[in-house]
Amino acid sequence: MLYAILCYHDEQYAWSRPKEEEAAVMGGLAKVQEALIREGKLGPTLRLMPTTAATTLCKSKDLVLDGPFAETKEQLLGLYVVDVDNLEGALEVARRLAKANPGGSYELRPIAKFNPDPREAPTREVSVAE
Amino acid sequence: MSDLGWIDGAITGARPQALAALLRYFRDLDTAEEAFQEAALRALGSWPRNGPPRDPAAWLILVGRNAALDGVRKTSRQVELPPDEILSDLDDAEAPLIERLDGAHYRDDVLRLLFICCHPDLPATQQIPLALRIVSGLTIPQIAKAFLIGEDAAEQRITRAKARIARADVPFEAPGPIERAERLGVVMAMVYLIFNEGYSAGAAERNALCDEAIRYARLLLRLFPAEPEAMGLAALMLLQHARLPARFDPSGELILLEDQDRALWDDRLTAEGLALLEKAMRHNRPGPYQVQAAIAATHARAARAEDTDWAGIDTLYAALERMQPSPVITLNRAVATAKHRGPQAALEMIAPLENRLSGYFYYFGVRGGLLRQLGRAAEARVAFDRAIALAGTPAEAAHIRLHLDALGKEGA
Repeated sequence: MLYAILCYHDEQYAWSRPKEEEAAVMGGLAKVQEALIREGKLGPTLRLMPTTAATTLCKSKDLVLDGPFAETKEQLLGLYVVDVDNLEGALEVARRLAKANPGGSYELRPIAKFNPDPREAPTREVSVAE
Repeated sequence: MSDLGWIDGAITGARPQALAALLRYFRDLDTAEEAFQEAALRALGSWPRNGPPRDPAAWLILVGRNAALDGVRKTSRQVELPPDEILSDLDDAEAPLIERLDGAHYRDDVLRLLFICCHPDLPATQQIPLALRIVSGLTIPQIAKAFLIGEDAAEQRITRAKARIARADVPFEAPGPIERAERLGVVMAMVYLIFNEGYSAGAAERNALCDEAIRYARLLLRLFPAEPEAMGLAALMLLQHARLPARFDPSGELILLEDQDRALWDDRLTAEGLALLEKAMRHNRPGPYQVQAAIAATHARAARAEDTDWAGIDTLYAALERMQPSPVITLNRAVATAKHRGPQAALEMIAPLENRLSGYFYYFGVRGGLLRQLGRAAEARVAFDRAIALAGTPAEAAHIRLHLDALGKEGA
């Protein structure tokens, strides 16, 4: 069974904590992730940029808004990772998807760090996601 | 450890919102600060036991307000304070407060708090220390260290600034759209000033000012998510700050952009800066911060110094010149012009600036460099000598001496 583990915390803190603290947290996570890779349990991991870097596409109105998706009446259903040149490229993909599946919104958030699936491309070097 | 780290970080993170709301409530900076400090103390006692609240800022505002009011009651009638457990159990009280404080209120409160710190009655030397004390909550020793001044001097600047603020008119009513935009402009200028205060300094401890300025810019972005200049300012500072690890050699000497080891640039900051700039440019409402960010982005996109798109940078500086005519911008543009149109064109561009920039180190450094490229060694030496006389730091002077040494070798 595949599970997605979604990470929630105070982003103001996560993006401005002292460097030593950041290194300590990341070091701890790296140990856990190394073990998970050995156990064959870890899939792709990624760290998102802060919500200030987000853009939201309201699908039905084809309206592009700055900032994260803020509506609490709708729920997170899934996500895509797309490889494009820039925000315009990401919006173009989102609009194509919206045509096939109207209603709701897509939040476009740049990815700060992406670690591909270690089960498919085993590597000695282990990168760490939040 | 990381939990206590989070509590500390959450209190610091919530400080601008909480203090700003308390200031609106009490209309007095000292009372608001005391109320916040009391709330922060109680948070340190309560949060590790009861778990963190959903909205740290709302918790601090409510507890701070109650504590300050209790303080008034206590001194007048000696009534016992309610135990911390009651104050900590805020789930019912929190919800309506969050609604009230959401959106516009937080925005105008925080903007007012920042705006007070850049009040026109305050000289710049007091504005930044006041902002760092009030908004960031830096301690007096931290501020003294950041400005390379004594603790007494730092304390005095802040005390004087507060006294001026107390005498000055502080507008507490909600601003209209035009006034809000004006306040945002003034506040953004101060944020960039804080950044430059840290950026232009050689000493590592002053880089904390850059981090602080970036924190403010992110805060402004959360309050004004659709303002392209706020995105531009954040992008500009992130892109410049990304170069920090490459900007100084081990002895603390400044390394010029074209000589920096670009592998040392912080990719994470660069990527965030580029993402914000892209967001800003979708609005088609260019402004000086966005253009400057675009210049920094052009440097960031060049894998090697020789890959730099100098023609693009020249065009961007030309746009900046139109928005904010200034001899310093023309001088910067001339550096880009020299790279793709040659030193003669650049020299002609800066010739009319000499009167206005006669006391400016960088002008004579650039002029000397251009003359040297043109093989006019004697004139170059004169320009470099004037630059050394005007150098503000030993690193600046040392850099010009390198040019002079090279001239000597070329002449021999």
